Amino acid sequence: MTTIAVVDHGAGNLVSIAQGLERVGAQVVIATSPGEMEGADGVVLPGVGATAAAMDRIAAAGFVDPLKSLSVPLLGVCVGMQVLFDSSDEDDAECLGIISGTVRKLQNAPTLPHMGWNDVAVADDPLFEGFAASELFYFVHSYAPVPIDPSVTIGTSGHGEPFVAAVRQGSVAGVQFHPERSSVAGLKVLGNFLKNCAEARRAA
Amino acid sequence: MLRKRVIPCLDVKNGRVVKGVNFENLTDEGDPVELATRYAEEGADEIIYLDISASPEGRGILLDVVRRTASNVFVPLSVAGGVRTTDDMRAVLRAGADKVGINTAAVNNPELINDCATQFGSQCVVVSIDAKWRDDWQSWEVVVNGGRTPTGLDALKWAEEVVERGAGEILLTSIDRDGTKSGFDIALLQAITSLVSVPVIASGGAGTVDHCVEAITDGNAEAVLAASIFHRQEITVGEVQEGLVAAGVAARRESA
Repeated sequence: MTTIAVVDHGAGNLVSIAQGLERVGAQVVIATSPGEMEGADGVVLPGVGATAAAMDRIAAAGFVDPLKSLSVPLLGVCVGMQVLFDSSDEDDAECLGIISGTVRKLQNAPTLPHMGWNDVAVADDPLFEGFAASELFYFVHSYAPVPIDPSVTIGTSGHGEPFVAAVRQGSVAGVQFHPERSSVAGLKVLGNFLKNCAEARRAA
Repeated sequence: MLRKRVIPCLDVKNGRVVKGVNFENLTDEGDPVELATRYAEEGADEIIYLDISASPEGRGILLDVVRRTASNVFVPLSVAGGVRTTDDMRAVLRAGADKVGINTAAVNNPELINDCATQFGSQCVVVSIDAKWRDDWQSWEVVVNGGRTPTGLDALKWAEEVVERGAGEILLTSIDRDGTKSGFDIALLQAITSLVSVPVIASGGAGTVDHCVEAITDGNAEAVLAASIFHRQEITVGEVQEGLVAAGVAARRESA
């Protein structure tokens, strides 16, 4: 069985992401300290709320260096994806700096937060294996990443302007939408991540 | 393009779905998790639980219902009713809710909105506003306790204030229309949606598919909420979504 550590930095809704992973066959470990990630085949970094607060909690729990030097696949979700970048305009937060780029507020959005189901045009990536070119996912956010290297973008959506909805750099991936709240399509993304983790374990 | 949302609302008391008029003569309508699962399968864009237990025991049972729902239903879940403190909100979020609605407690203590937004993020703070027309004001007044208690607050000013304080969404119920099936209060929706940039959920008055379409096309709501018409299967979530698409509005259809 493939074990996924879900980072618990003290806020947000871990239940649904843990349940979503279990639904697709993962054994889930809730990691409140970096030591609890050891032995896991992959790590999910969730996050809701303000970026600075999330980064403070990630740092306070000692997760910064362990996440940066992770040897297994990592999936950041929502704010958990935004903190993978260098910094965020939201509260001028300094972030993990795993992927080069910044996070900025959506421009020209008719409503903020961008809340609800929206199309994501997906690239040919293991996370989206078996998907058509476009799929609906559930979003709740006001900020989105702006990667320096455009080739890390594996999914795009739009709300007032086009924005980056999914990224990958090596074994680190991130999605702006909530796979755990995106019904069948979302569970499929979690299932693909699980498969990627199992493959990475076999290759190691 | 962002889809307009169709949201069934379940009134939950002591762990069971109930229905009644103005919270009276309640009848048991079944297990919330079963109903929520059915709605999710039918393509509901979100589910809302309105807890009307109003007792500590009922509260504990509700958290268990939220946990069971989060394990079975993979669409967003909002929970409203009885949340008075940031600790209440944390408990509901930790049980698996994505968004939490506050109503009376926000009126009594507006700082609660700021506190919740700072701690958990605006995206999960829904402020429910129950509004009732006042002829002498030529505007709407905020009312609480299911419409029975006037607050003296102008609903338009209150809507602006809750957004400034950090609300990420407004659940706007017309008490005049609630339970009437005569259509949403379009004038109220227009007045509020023209003032705020956060999404507004239209509630109160849904009777037909056309009513739901009007709330979005004319009232500029981001989402429509209904309870009894969905529970009694007078219309389905899918029919509303079809109606929206037929009217040229982007809506999600699970089966499409």
